[in-house]
Amino acid sequence: MDKLKEDSNDFAKNIKKNHLGNFYWTAAWVATTALAAFGPRLIWNFATLPTILGVLINLGVGFGMIVMNKRNVRGWDELQQKIFLDAAAITLGVGLVCGISYELLEDIRLISSEPEISHLIILMALTFMAVIIAGHRKYR
Amino acid sequence: MKNRFKVLRAERDWTQAQLADELQVSRQTVNAIETGKFDPSLKLAFKAARLFNLGIADIFQDEAAS
Repeated sequence: MDKLKEDSNDFAKNIKKNHLGNFYWTAAWVATTALAAFGPRLIWNFATLPTILGVLINLGVGFGMIVMNKRNVRGWDELQQKIFLDAAAITLGVGLVCGISYELLEDIRLISSEPEISHLIILMALTFMAVIIAGHRKYR
Repeated sequence: MKNRFKVLRAERDWTQAQLADELQVSRQTVNAIETGKFDPSLKLAFKAARLFNLGIADIFQDEAAS
């Protein structure tokens, strides 16, 4: 059993480290999103330069979060990656199909209000969580 | 695909957590392999073979062939 000892023990440590990194990047992205959304109105009175900077910083941190998330997923074992892949595939499908139908609802006058992107994001988040939970239950 | 993960682990008196630690996977993955719910990749199969000091065919059997 000692043969692989030098390779082992890193798995749990790496997962923990990547989760923490993911958490920090996500927190930074949420903070920069808030800055880009509320800064123009509440801090710099819609001045163009800080507004552009706010959006650019938000995008930069957002891409950093994506890279960190990818690194996080690649650090998981193959079953965890499979569960994630299933959830991502279903979420993408649900997002596309329901998003287009939702958009259509206003065009064909079945609803009177403008479709909100936040509704779609909530649906995708709930779908992703449900499929992740179902995947973990399936393989437990 | 059938496998002898559980038997081989029991013979060595290892817990699922110990085996998972050695294979650098989660305990859930070891459990899913043992119960036949998940077939590991060739890379993980080779790693297990090295760990158990056996050939891959001694650990994994193709159910369709038997």
